[in-house]
Amino acid sequence: MNGRNIALGVAAIALVAVPYWMPGVYYVNVSSQILFYAIFALGLNILVGYGGLVSLGHAGLFGITAYAAAYVLQSGYNHTEAIFAALAVGAVSTAVFAALALRATGIGFIMITLALGQIIWGLAYRWISVTHGDNGINVKTRPAPFGLDLGSAVTFYYATLVVFAICVVAVMIFVRSPFGAALMGARDQPRRMNALGYHVWAIRFWACMFSGLLTSIAAILFVYYTQFISPQTLALTSSAEVLLMVISGGAGTLLGPIVGAALVVTVKSVVSGFLERWNFLLGAIFVTIVILMPEGLVPGSARLWRLACAKLRAPVKPAVTEAKP
Amino acid sequence: MNFWLVLSVNSVTFGGMLFLLSAGFSLIFGLMRIPNLTHGSLFMLGAYFGATFIVGVLGVSMDFWAAALLATLAVALLGALIERLLLRRLPGDALAQVLVTLGLSFMAADFCLMVWGGDPINVETPAGLGGFTRLGPAAFPNYRLAIIVIAVIFAVGLWLLLDRTRLGAMIRAGVDDPDMARVVGIRVPRLFTIVFALGAGLAAFAGIIGGPILSVYPGLDQDMLPLALVVVILGGTGSLLGSFVGSIIVGFIYNFGQALLPELAYFVLFLPMLLVLVFRPQGLFGRHVP
Repeated sequence: MNGRNIALGVAAIALVAVPYWMPGVYYVNVSSQILFYAIFALGLNILVGYGGLVSLGHAGLFGITAYAAAYVLQSGYNHTEAIFAALAVGAVSTAVFAALALRATGIGFIMITLALGQIIWGLAYRWISVTHGDNGINVKTRPAPFGLDLGSAVTFYYATLVVFAICVVAVMIFVRSPFGAALMGARDQPRRMNALGYHVWAIRFWACMFSGLLTSIAAILFVYYTQFISPQTLALTSSAEVLLMVISGGAGTLLGPIVGAALVVTVKSVVSGFLERWNFLLGAIFVTIVILMPEGLVPGSARLWRLACAKLRAPVKPAVTEAKP
Repeated sequence: MNFWLVLSVNSVTFGGMLFLLSAGFSLIFGLMRIPNLTHGSLFMLGAYFGATFIVGVLGVSMDFWAAALLATLAVALLGALIERLLLRRLPGDALAQVLVTLGLSFMAADFCLMVWGGDPINVETPAGLGGFTRLGPAAFPNYRLAIIVIAVIFAVGLWLLLDRTRLGAMIRAGVDDPDMARVVGIRVPRLFTIVFALGAGLAAFAGIIGGPILSVYPGLDQDMLPLALVVVILGGTGSLLGSFVGSIIVGFIYNFGQALLPELAYFVLFLPMLLVLVFRPQGLFGRHVP
C-alpha cells in the first residue's frame, strides 16, 4: 500500500460521499458537472496528451451528440433509443471528423478541427427547422435506469459517478495497453513507427474514435443534466474550455484533465455568480498558464513537490554522512 | 438573370473583403507558422475602432477613410505589440501560440462587448459611394463595386510588395527557409513583427470596409475566423494567389448558400474544404501540407 494508492482510496471515498459532506444540493450539482466535464476532458486528452493532436472542435462533436439525443427524445422516442441513437450519431460524426482532420497533423489538424467545429456550430445556430436556433431544444425528463429515478440531484450524481469511474478505468486500461503505447509512439516518432510497420494513420483514427466515444458519453450526461441544449454549447469558447481543462491540469496525464475539469468548472460557477465577464477571465487564464506553467498543474505541482522534498532532505544529508565515520 | 448577376457581384465583394482578411492570416502562417486565432478579433476590433472614429472621439468626428486609416494603424500597432510581448516568448511552440492567440481572442471579444455593448452598430457608407451604378438590367451599389476595386488594388500591391521589393524578397526567404535566411543576415525576428503588424492591419482594414455591409456586432470575430481558415485551407498557406482564389470561391459559396439554402449556408462551406482536403491536402496553391 503506497502513498499513491492511499490517496486514490481517499479520493474515491470522498467522491462517493459527496452528497454527505457537500453543504447543499447546488454543490452536488456542481460535482456532477465536474464529473461529466472530466469525462469530456479525458476524451480530449486521449488526442491532445497521448496522440499529440490538438483538437479545437471537440465541442462540435459534443454538441452533435447532445443535439441528437435531444432531437430523438423530442420526436417521441424513449430514453434507451435516444441514448443509442446519440452514440451512433456521435460515432459517425467522429469518423467523418477524424477522416478529414487527419489529412494533416500539427497546426493543420488544429485549423481543420477548428473550422469543422465552427461549421457544426453554424449549423446548430442557423438550421432552425431542426435545432430551433438560439432557442435550443428542451429535454423534458431524465431517464430512470433499473427503476432508479435520476430526477434528483443525488441520484444523478451517483449515476454520473458510476459512468465516470467506468470511463477512468477504460482510459487507464487504454493508456497501459499496447495500443496506447503505439499512439504515444506515433506522437513522438511517427516515421519510426511507420518504419516499424505500424499504421500510424489507423492508430490515430481509432484514438479519435475512442476520444469521440468519451465525448459522446459526456455529452449525453450533459444533456440530461441541463435538460437543454443550445448552440452556445458548441461555440469555440466551449472547445477552448475543455482544452483549458486538459492543458491546465496537465496533458498526457490521467489525473490532469480531472483536476483541470474541477478547476475550470469551480472557477466558472463561482465567478459567474458575481462577474459577467467569464470569457475575459478564461482568456486571461489561458495566456497566463501558457506563459507561466506550460506543462500544466499536475506535472507542474509534482515538479515543485519533488523540488521541495529535495530541498527538505538536503540539509539532513550532511548530518548522516558525519555520523558514519 | 438579374438575381444571379447581383448575387455574383455580392459574392465577389464578399470575396474581396475575405481576401484582405485571409491574406494577412496566410502570410503570418506562412512566415511564422503561427495560426493566428486572433485574426477574427483583429477584424472585429478594426470594425469597432473605425465605427467609433466615424461617430467621433472627444467631439472630433472623422471622414470614413481617415477613420479607416487610423483604425488600421491602431490595430497594426496592437498586432506588433502582441507579437513582441507574447508570441516572441514562445518560439517554435505551436500549441502555446495557438492557445495564447485563442486566449487573446476571448479577451478581445469580451472587451468589445464591455465597451460597445451587445447591439449591432451600423456604419454609414462613405460619402460619394452611396449611389448605384446601372449595368445592363441590374443596378449595383457603388460601394460594393468600390470594395472589389480596393481588393484588387491591395492584391496587386501585396504582390508587388512580396515579389518586387527587398522587404518582399526577405519575407519570401523567411517563408522558404528561416534558418538559412538568418544565416545570410536577414533579421528574421524583425520580419516577424513587420509581417504580424501588416497582417493585423489588413484584417482591421477588412473589418472597417466590411462595416457598411455586415454592420458591426459581437460575434463578428467568430463568424469571420472560420471563413479565413476555410480560405487558407482551400488556397494553401503562405500563398497570396491561394488566398485570392480561395476568398473568391468562399465568397461565392457563402453568398449563394445564403440565398439558396439560408439555413445551411455555413454548412455548405464544408464541401469545398472536404474536396480540397481529400484530393489536395496542401491546398490549391500551397506547396506543403501545414
